[in-house]
Amino acid sequence: MNSTFRALLGATALCAVGGAAAAQDPVTLTIATVNNGDMIRMQSLTQDFTEKNPDITLEWVTLEENILRERVTTDIATNGGQYDVLTIGTYEVPIWARQDWLTPLDDLPAEYDVDDLVPAVREALSVDGTLYAAPFYAESAMVMYRTDLAEAAGVTIPDNPTWTDIKTAAEAMTDKDNEVYGICLRGKPGWGENMAFLTAMANSYGARWFDADWAPQFDSPEWQETLTDYLTLMNEYGPPGASSNGFNENLSLFQQGKCGMWIDATVAASFVTDPEDSTVADSVGFAQFPNKEGVDNHGNWLWAWNLAIPASSQKQDAAKTFVAWATSKEYTNMVAEAEGWRAAPPGTRTSLYENPEYQEAAPFAAMTLEAINSADTQKASVQDIPYTGGQFVAIPEFQGIGTMVGQTFSAALAGQTSADDALAAAQSATAREMARAGYPK
Amino acid sequence: MARAVSSRAKVGYTVAAWIVALLIFFPILYTIITSLKSEQEAIAGFDLIPSFTLESFRAVQTQNDYWKPFTNSVILSIGSTLLALVVAIPAAWAMAFSPTKRTKDILMWMLSTKMMPAVAVLVPIYLIFLRTGLMDTRIGLTVMLMLINLPIVVWMLYTYFREIPGEILEAARMDGATLRDEIIHVLTPMAIPGIASTLLLNVILAWNEAFWTIQLTTTNAAPLSAFIASFSSPQGLFWAKLSAASVLAIAPILILGWFSQKQLVRGLTFGAVK
Repeated sequence: MNSTFRALLGATALCAVGGAAAAQDPVTLTIATVNNGDMIRMQSLTQDFTEKNPDITLEWVTLEENILRERVTTDIATNGGQYDVLTIGTYEVPIWARQDWLTPLDDLPAEYDVDDLVPAVREALSVDGTLYAAPFYAESAMVMYRTDLAEAAGVTIPDNPTWTDIKTAAEAMTDKDNEVYGICLRGKPGWGENMAFLTAMANSYGARWFDADWAPQFDSPEWQETLTDYLTLMNEYGPPGASSNGFNENLSLFQQGKCGMWIDATVAASFVTDPEDSTVADSVGFAQFPNKEGVDNHGNWLWAWNLAIPASSQKQDAAKTFVAWATSKEYTNMVAEAEGWRAAPPGTRTSLYENPEYQEAAPFAAMTLEAINSADTQKASVQDIPYTGGQFVAIPEFQGIGTMVGQTFSAALAGQTSADDALAAAQSATAREMARAGYPK
Repeated sequence: MARAVSSRAKVGYTVAAWIVALLIFFPILYTIITSLKSEQEAIAGFDLIPSFTLESFRAVQTQNDYWKPFTNSVILSIGSTLLALVVAIPAAWAMAFSPTKRTKDILMWMLSTKMMPAVAVLVPIYLIFLRTGLMDTRIGLTVMLMLINLPIVVWMLYTYFREIPGEILEAARMDGATLRDEIIHVLTPMAIPGIASTLLLNVILAWNEAFWTIQLTTTNAAPLSAFIASFSSPQGLFWAKLSAASVLAIAPILILGWFSQKQLVRGLTFGAVK
């Protein structure tokens, strides 16, 4: 039995050596990506890249977001080198860059025009002034609302609304008998689901996750006000079962005409105005993320899906060539040519927003750019904070803590616990986890 | 009177069995229903009547190649099962017919390895696979799946072998059969039902394995579990497409299970009642 096994291992080792020798030239890049519309579109447009770079072959690994994160973390931590290009979010970039897991992108070719990147996005992807990932598309958050319902209800939503404006409009637009709900917001638990929204909302109320000594602040009046107002909005004017609604569920509700307002990622603007999928495509208005009266903060939501090169990749040059191609101005033009300007990856390049053709095709362009540019990820709260990140806290522990707190708040939305109890639970759980992780560091 | 009660009870049991069976099967049924809906319908809410559109299947076909992961799944599940049998039959024979003081302990120890969460050994296994060049190879994954299911295979075969009277093997030995002859020509034919059900169960387990097959593959050796995982989307509707991918991934094993249910049930209950 033993010798059979040993022989087998020997044989596999031989196969592996043979495989490695054969894979030297030409270069094959393995690209790990998530399954969303823009990424799938990129896969269908890569012919242009392979024509220009005949010695580079592209292989795609599409994975669910969390599995991708897990796979890539294991691979980078063990110096595995299985991937040459990674699709990662704004959350990972600074954390991984500080660990020296990512290759700095400070030598991109001149024609890449790195100064054309939207400043807020570029800043979020840089550590100490060095760019570590190239943005593929970026988003902030804003209010999307039904202009027809607002008009019928006799309310106007200003371009820079306050939460009081939102509450008034939600009340006026709600018509539960006809399944029209004044406001749809995320309720599904998760650091990237309800906590993304609630963290941005808390920012706009003047709240913060931690004080300068990393002590959690859920016992502050600002957080209490945030959660109470959120629960009031959702319970009075929100759709039933909102505690299981995330981005996708709300998108569907809005497209079916069941939401008066939806406050979420700006990337949704192109979906809700797409006549093919949306029944309300021609009556959608946009406004900035609300703020509380007297607090100069619009949530500071900023997210981008980016292409980065792991330091463990053995094919750095080819990987850089690909990253530069996929996030270039030319790529944007190519998408526009193939599928129209509305489909161009949004939020990453200033030149796109200066393009009159794009402005005409995308009525949400100006509002999106304003939202992205006003997001300050270096200082998300009006109070003193020790962390960076807009709708998240850029520390490795946040995934776990954020999801835990998200579950507590989602339970409050489902009516299983009160706002006060949820905040108390969030406070003690966060304090415990932070102490366990060794903060303050 | 007594007869009437018993037949009524029979009907009751049958109805109860159907309800339980339907409850257990319902998630799969609903996956099939969802795969026949449009994305908008899929997310709209609970509805048992789909619009019978095949657009999700078409989208799945154009987006990803189905046949490569399918071929990998077939090779991995059958390969790992055959490999496991080659190792497990002699092991189970030794434990069933020449037990020692420690046999019971060894059996328990083997089973205890299944109690450890797989993620606990992820990093060491990952490193071994990297260093030996087994990463993302079918052969590496075949060995891995074989090792994972080996304890169950040995246990099942051990149980079947113990039902076979030792005297028959003794008789074969007295007729001059060598150890090899004894296992191949005497023991194995008698244990065919048990081996068949072990084989089927192991193929199903290997087919459905979704931790190592995702962790240790990228593009070359990824089976259908990785194929399914690629259809979940962070932004955009995907339920119908994910369901269609799942239906495509489970269809072969569902059909295999349907045709071999007699052997499976017989094998699994073999030795349960003496």
